[in-house]
Amino acid sequence: MENLIQVEGLTVERGGKRVLEGVTFAVPAGSLTGLIGPSGSGKTTVMRAVAGLQRHVDGLVRVAGFEAGSRAAREVVGYQPQRPAVYLDLTVRQNISYFAAMIGVDSAGVSEAIERVSLGAQAAERVERLSGGQVARVSLAIALLGSPQVLLLDEPTVGLDPVLRDELWRLFASLASLGTALVVSSHVMDEAERCERLLLLRDGRLLADAAPGTLKAETSTQDLDSAFLSLIRQGRP
Amino acid sequence: MWRQVAATARRVLLQLAHDRRTSGLLLVVPSVLMTLVRYAFTGQRAVFEGVGPMLLALFPFTVMFVVASVAMLRERSNGTLERLLAGPAGKGGLLAGYALAFGAATLLQVGVVLAVSLWGLSLKVGGSLWLVVLFALLDAWLGMALGLLLSAFARTEFQAVQFLPAFVLPQFLLCGLLVPRDQMAGALRLLSDFLPLSYAVDGVSRVAASGALTGALWTDLVVVAACIPVALALGALTLQRKGE
Repeated sequence: MENLIQVEGLTVERGGKRVLEGVTFAVPAGSLTGLIGPSGSGKTTVMRAVAGLQRHVDGLVRVAGFEAGSRAAREVVGYQPQRPAVYLDLTVRQNISYFAAMIGVDSAGVSEAIERVSLGAQAAERVERLSGGQVARVSLAIALLGSPQVLLLDEPTVGLDPVLRDELWRLFASLASLGTALVVSSHVMDEAERCERLLLLRDGRLLADAAPGTLKAETSTQDLDSAFLSLIRQGRP
Repeated sequence: MWRQVAATARRVLLQLAHDRRTSGLLLVVPSVLMTLVRYAFTGQRAVFEGVGPMLLALFPFTVMFVVASVAMLRERSNGTLERLLAGPAGKGGLLAGYALAFGAATLLQVGVVLAVSLWGLSLKVGGSLWLVVLFALLDAWLGMALGLLLSAFARTEFQAVQFLPAFVLPQFLLCGLLVPRDQMAGALRLLSDFLPLSYAVDGVSRVAASGALTGALWTDLVVVAACIPVALALGALTLQRKGE
């Protein structure tokens, strides 16, 4: 299978401190990968490096064969940052239409993105009047614009109600089945269960790269939280 | 590229339209300040006639500098700038869109301050009215372009606002408003020759005095007009795609 994301020996320093060290993984087309780890483990830095937004990057980071951050790579990537990067003083539709115009997506694509995140009823409302979960969905809709081949979603389900979270995870799975390479970060283990494959990150190092079932079997545990804990303990001398 | 310029200009104008207080301040502040100056010099008509034209250059310049730099900084601090730069959008298109939107807002602002000054406060202008309009517009655009450029060097809105005293006030002191430039000490005179606001203020005072299209006036016009695209181009270059 074609690898849409290829990361080898990714090391990032920030203020003299190593925040990522020798991270290596690849993500094929048509897959749903969970980037899992506690807050501060380096998930966002991995996302930013793949999106081409991170400074002081060592190692190889390629998207669809192109160097991360290059013009060709940027054409392929949809990125949802952790904080909702939207214009609070504009309406939902104005926000999405603007980003659509910037990447050459027409108004049919805008309506489709709004429908996908179930914000049809709020389309004419200003983002500042929406709830936190709704704002996060506006941000997600922008990342979905133009159906990019690679989707980097940084904690897209934080603060959402369970029904909506379920809907979004179904959406992610359906996008993967249509050929998109998705990397979704989360610090919640029960969400990790919904991924085909997990990248477990801790203190800037990749602790494991396996399917949830494999992880549990290998560590002889019943749930991913215990599996994670067992992996951390194994890693210690 | 042009589609991105148009989309950005439209979006920035929509934001201005939604923020009535900011647009209101943008439109009326220069006029209110002109009125204050007029009545501060009540009974000293000649002083007002002398400094009035210079202030026509200075007030819109200052307001547009602050508005443009803070708007661009907000784009950075709310994460939308990074998001735009993660996609295929170019930095030039984004900055040009900002320039177009604020440039259009400036037309209104300068229209209001000129109407108030020339008719409301009976400011006398010796030269052509159209040259006054042209200079006032160029000066406001210069402030906007420098604001967009300087915003690349600020990380927070606190820092951006401090560029006003740090970057605008020295130009204010050396532009010839307080002391005629030819009476300054040599080093300061030389320094003021390198500050774009000096040409903006010189130009508008020359127009107000006589309005003859002399070589000196052409120099002022060309320097101010050239500084605008240069500042915007530098702004596009200094806009960083990658962050810490």
